[in-house]
Amino acid sequence: MSQNVLHLENVTMQFGGVVAVNDVCMDVNDGEIVALIGPNGAGKTTVFNVITGVYSPTNGRVSLRGKVIAEDHPHGKMKKLYAAGHQFEYVHTIDYSPDRITKMGMARTFQNIRLFSSMTVFENVLVAKHMNMKAGFFASALHLNGREEARMREETMELLKVVGLDGVWDEIATSLPYGQQRRLEIARALSTHPSMLLLDEPAAGMNPQETENLSAFIREIKDRFHLTVLLIEHDMELVMDISDRIYVLNFGKCIATGTPVEIQSNPDVITAYLGVTEE
Amino acid sequence: MNTASLTAKPRKKLDRATVIAIGVIFAIYALAFVLEQVIPSTSMLFTVLKKGATYALVAVSMNLLNGFTGLFSLGQAGFMLIGAYTYAVFTIPVAQRMSVYQYYNGGVIQFTLPVLVAIALAGVFAALFAFLIGLPVLRLKSDYLAIATLGFAEIIRAIFQWDKLGVVTNGSNLLRLFPTFNDFNIKDASGNVTLHLSTLIPFLIAGVCILFIVMLINSSYGRAFKAIRDDETAAEAMGINLPRHKMIAFCTSSFFAGVGGAMLAMYQNSVQAKYFTTSMTYEILLIVVIGGIGSVTGSCISSFLFVACSEWWLRFLDQEQTINGWQVPLLRNGFRLVVFSLIIMAVVLFFRKGIMGTRELPDLFRRRKPSGKGGAKA
Repeated sequence: MSQNVLHLENVTMQFGGVVAVNDVCMDVNDGEIVALIGPNGAGKTTVFNVITGVYSPTNGRVSLRGKVIAEDHPHGKMKKLYAAGHQFEYVHTIDYSPDRITKMGMARTFQNIRLFSSMTVFENVLVAKHMNMKAGFFASALHLNGREEARMREETMELLKVVGLDGVWDEIATSLPYGQQRRLEIARALSTHPSMLLLDEPAAGMNPQETENLSAFIREIKDRFHLTVLLIEHDMELVMDISDRIYVLNFGKCIATGTPVEIQSNPDVITAYLGVTEE
Repeated sequence: MNTASLTAKPRKKLDRATVIAIGVIFAIYALAFVLEQVIPSTSMLFTVLKKGATYALVAVSMNLLNGFTGLFSLGQAGFMLIGAYTYAVFTIPVAQRMSVYQYYNGGVIQFTLPVLVAIALAGVFAALFAFLIGLPVLRLKSDYLAIATLGFAEIIRAIFQWDKLGVVTNGSNLLRLFPTFNDFNIKDASGNVTLHLSTLIPFLIAGVCILFIVMLINSSYGRAFKAIRDDETAAEAMGINLPRHKMIAFCTSSFFAGVGGAMLAMYQNSVQAKYFTTSMTYEILLIVVIGGIGSVTGSCISSFLFVACSEWWLRFLDQEQTINGWQVPLLRNGFRLVVFSLIIMAVVLFFRKGIMGTRELPDLFRRRKPSGKGGAKA
């Protein structure tokens, strides 16, 4: 059995009285492509935000390669409002910041593209190299780390070649066509040397041809960079094509999990997506 | 390997435009030096140049924070005050302390530091205060941060006038008799000036500081600052530690505001806390906005224009004048400020992005539309 990379245990995320994510358990193993699907508003992006440390969960535990990166239980007035289970199981409060989690090897893209709008394609990817820089503030500010800076630039250019954006390296990032912006976001995430990549609706707004290219692209980078991939996607063709396993969320709850074939024939999933037929 | 990768891979080399820009800057310095030897030192020009250099440094330091890191801070006057006081307190000659601190029995500090050490110390103290107030305040965003830093500037001004601290700060009395820009002039035995340096020195101090800021902006840290400005969430997801980088930007900006404060002290020959009001911060903010938020060159140009307008070119509007027996209407004391406000409104209305936008000096010598990578100081 391959090694467990990401492990979610009874994760609940509650905003006031609204339970966005309800008692979700999830496992992602080394080298897998796992998809997280569900109707709009099911809480998929919230799960991503909990995993990457943008939100700290109301209750539950998240671990990355065996290390707990987030764990919490309801505090203060949330104790009364809390509407999910496992309330007293998690006693610690652990809350890693997003940058720390990124440094541990988990990178992500965003549903609504968040590129650095004033920067070029090249600089967008180069920024992600900053966190691994060895030179201190003064060495960097006084440009004494020439060799390191040159290495960072070289690696960035190589990465741009891999993702096929080297031709537009000097363009302002937000002036690129939509499909290329998505690709650039993935390149920027790869630039942090992740072992795990989280893609939030990578195919949103793409035409069928672009989507097909994307699925080949995801496979290619997965093999090349030895990645584990967790993705949110609405495009079922893409999901069924590339994922090894699928988790289905509905109203914050995990209603099904399994291989694409299993999910396609799961009655609960069909109900969630198509609604109940009245007989 | 295509040409794109060849130009991108090596460190940014000095291209033609940057070389021209550096040449222009050297020419300006040379011109300042020559003018100072030729024109009598009482000319208004030198007042403008000295104060302009001081304001340019402070404006660039504010631009580093507001324009490049996206932190809207209004504490500049407070940090300048700390810098000005630090400089003054440590450089008043021991022999003069009795007369300066006449109500405080000569004060407690009975030693004098060299001028350059005191200037550096002015920056260090300002940065230290920035670090302390940054710990709580930098958690705030946009307007809230602006209000908190504004409050700090007001509080620090009150504290420095506090009677109990008078043994150090001289209370609400003037600090004076410390070395000023004029003391850099080289004199012969009889006291006649042989070489005027009182304008070149502030230019050099400001130039070195601005050069450091420009190099910082073009370094990896500068890119991280811009990333934070463009999108905090994405920057954090790219592994940029927000609290740390915001603190670095805040302390660096304050350091140079402190140095600017020391320069202001040297410019006006005396220091008094009540001079460092909020309106001073607004003047600096105005300079930054007029010059272009995110342009170092813009801040420098507009600070000289601003100082020249407010101190020199518009002065005639304050005096009643008669031409051939005809009394020119409206000209009276205070009219200058009206015209000044109108000019500022016109600039803000018609040059939304300021004089330079986000362009830098070398971009002016480039044909292609630049991408905002300025390479030289101004």
